[in-house]
Amino acid sequence: MSLNVENPSLTAELAPPPLRLIDDQGRAAAQNESGGFALPPVETLLDLYRQMVVARRFDVQVTALTRQGRLATYPSALGQEACEIAAVASLAPQDWLFPTYRDSIALLTRGVEPKDILASFRGDWHSGYDYQQHRIAPQATPLATQALHAVGLATAAKLKRDDTVALTLLGDGATSEGDAHEAFNFAAVWQAPVVFVVQNNQFAISVPLDKQMACRTIADKAIGYGMPGYYVDGNDVAAMYAVVSAAMDRARSGGGPTLIEGLTYRIEAHTNSDDPTRYRKTADVDLWRSRDPIERLEKYLVAQGALTEEVRALILAAAEDLATTTRECMTEQAVIDPLELFEHVYSTPRAALAEQRAFLAAELDGDAAASAIANEESIR
Amino acid sequence: MSPQQTLETGTAVRAPESLTMAAALNAAIRDAMVDDPTVVLFGEDVGPLGGVFRVTDGLYAEFGETRVSDSPLAEAGIVGTAIGMAMYGLRPVVEMQFDAFSYPAFQQIVSHVAKMRNRTRGKIPLPIVIRIPYAGDIGGVEHHSDSSEAYWTATPGLTVVSPSNPADAYSMLRDAIRSDDPVIFMEPKSRYWSKASLALPVQTEPLNRAVVLREGTDVTLIAYGPTVKTALATAEQAVAEGLSIEVIDLRSLSPFDDETVGASVRKTGRAAIVHEAAQFGGYGAEVAARLTERNFFYLAAPILRITGFDIPYPSPKLEEYFLPTPDRILAALSTWEWS
Repeated sequence: MSLNVENPSLTAELAPPPLRLIDDQGRAAAQNESGGFALPPVETLLDLYRQMVVARRFDVQVTALTRQGRLATYPSALGQEACEIAAVASLAPQDWLFPTYRDSIALLTRGVEPKDILASFRGDWHSGYDYQQHRIAPQATPLATQALHAVGLATAAKLKRDDTVALTLLGDGATSEGDAHEAFNFAAVWQAPVVFVVQNNQFAISVPLDKQMACRTIADKAIGYGMPGYYVDGNDVAAMYAVVSAAMDRARSGGGPTLIEGLTYRIEAHTNSDDPTRYRKTADVDLWRSRDPIERLEKYLVAQGALTEEVRALILAAAEDLATTTRECMTEQAVIDPLELFEHVYSTPRAALAEQRAFLAAELDGDAAASAIANEESIR
Repeated sequence: MSPQQTLETGTAVRAPESLTMAAALNAAIRDAMVDDPTVVLFGEDVGPLGGVFRVTDGLYAEFGETRVSDSPLAEAGIVGTAIGMAMYGLRPVVEMQFDAFSYPAFQQIVSHVAKMRNRTRGKIPLPIVIRIPYAGDIGGVEHHSDSSEAYWTATPGLTVVSPSNPADAYSMLRDAIRSDDPVIFMEPKSRYWSKASLALPVQTEPLNRAVVLREGTDVTLIAYGPTVKTALATAEQAVAEGLSIEVIDLRSLSPFDDETVGASVRKTGRAAIVHEAAQFGGYGAEVAARLTERNFFYLAAPILRITGFDIPYPSPKLEEYFLPTPDRILAALSTWEWS
């Protein structure tokens, strides 16, 4: 059964209007759209704006580096900045973030250095930042698996009576996975201090949401698990921040989990190896470009007199600095040691791995000897 | 808490008592929980019921809901949440009620439990014990008698062990819980009710070592978990035929103890491996291959595998035709040329 194959991006029209605080035109939304949530203070909005601008500059830069063939892959979050930045801005220092491969700008916003974010995308190692320092789990590739890890960590924190909350980011496609169901259910049954933020960017690679599910919204599913669910305009950072922050507060004070769906759009391709013209129309992409989360907030802040040209210039300069740092880190040669392949598999050393390590070491020595001879011959 | 701090503080040596393997496993979890407050236990029916095999009997009453809990009925959820708990400093011990019911957790085990430490360059170790009651010979209906060990031993990053007797059951489970590596702890269901007199806490060989259970000179018979009893019975039966069989209990399937097993094979010159799982691509294939590679010039005959047939595990009235028996093992050994 297919609800709206011709124009998948309009599937959301079957759903009620999402909760929003600032509308497409950058005006304060009507009272009946706010769901009882108040607009965050203007200083908070200005900070969210700054973080979104910087994050987008990073995302655009990394996509460019990928097109130049300097990264193995990069899943872009262009257009999804409101969801990503609102989620991270809602975290307290002791909280944990469980991101996916698409959430690199969330890592950036929580303070991970570009070179550490890109370690995995350059192919240096499968993952490359300090998890404990940043309280961010490795970016998960298998869909929805990290949601269960978030529930487990949140439950452990609850058992230890810590006030730590776990927040996990998921995509719309991931909600079809069994692990998403199990995570929602475990969280609700255990009343785990966890917040699920589903970025509904409307496509799982090429498959539109109406081929993933037959219900109105992902947020509706929360009812079935016995937890609060919110359907939010995912391009309205003010609404996302208000709703996610409230959910974090509720989790921290023993109120259990929340499922939040941010309705947004993936402007870029799934990754650099994807061709989105095969499954969606340019007109749809243009429509969503016109709902850009950054432009919307910018209009609002300018109208409020909170964003002057001077401040805007400072933010853009900071974004350019970050882009430069990002480009420069690509020229640094990462230290790659083939023998490290054997270092981290087990904490208890294994004889069989020691043998294989010695085998590779001998092979490398042989290569070194061979290339030394070749060098000598070329000198002669 | 580091493993060194989890020594037997709350476990003074007790008087010897007759214990089943199930009771020994129960005591191991209990003692570990007394010694280390970070050990938590959860899974399906492990709470007030005490597990379908009663391995967790009494633990819910003793430690309460915060440390012993029934989870929703979802194995990926059990293992996935255990990962998050381990990331936050707990040592979860979880139960997959039956071998074949561990398959929903396959992705969490293979993609995360096994790989997290390597993925994070050692920064996120996962000290998780996944207990899997496995194998047959209990008259179980379908999906209750699988031998799933080869799925786990084929996965780098996992430690896979299986005790064959109550003393090892206690000692190996304590070691598994102390380990900073994730351990797939495979409990042979048919041996749950086997008994031994034990003065707990008992410490047997290290977790990664095989042991020679019975010395012999003519054949090395390699077994683990449920087939150790079969192998010992075979050795006993072989005496009348004038055949001296050395029986090795592997205990650890991954890592494989090349040293102990290799020494035995070089001594006897003949080896056979016995397991319940199907033969093709089974664990015995790896054992035969690596023993041959490393000891070829000591071997007088090809290494044999006496295993379940290459068919799905049969229904209760047919399992006796499937399981390796002493007669079948001796018949296999008699196919060798004995000069």
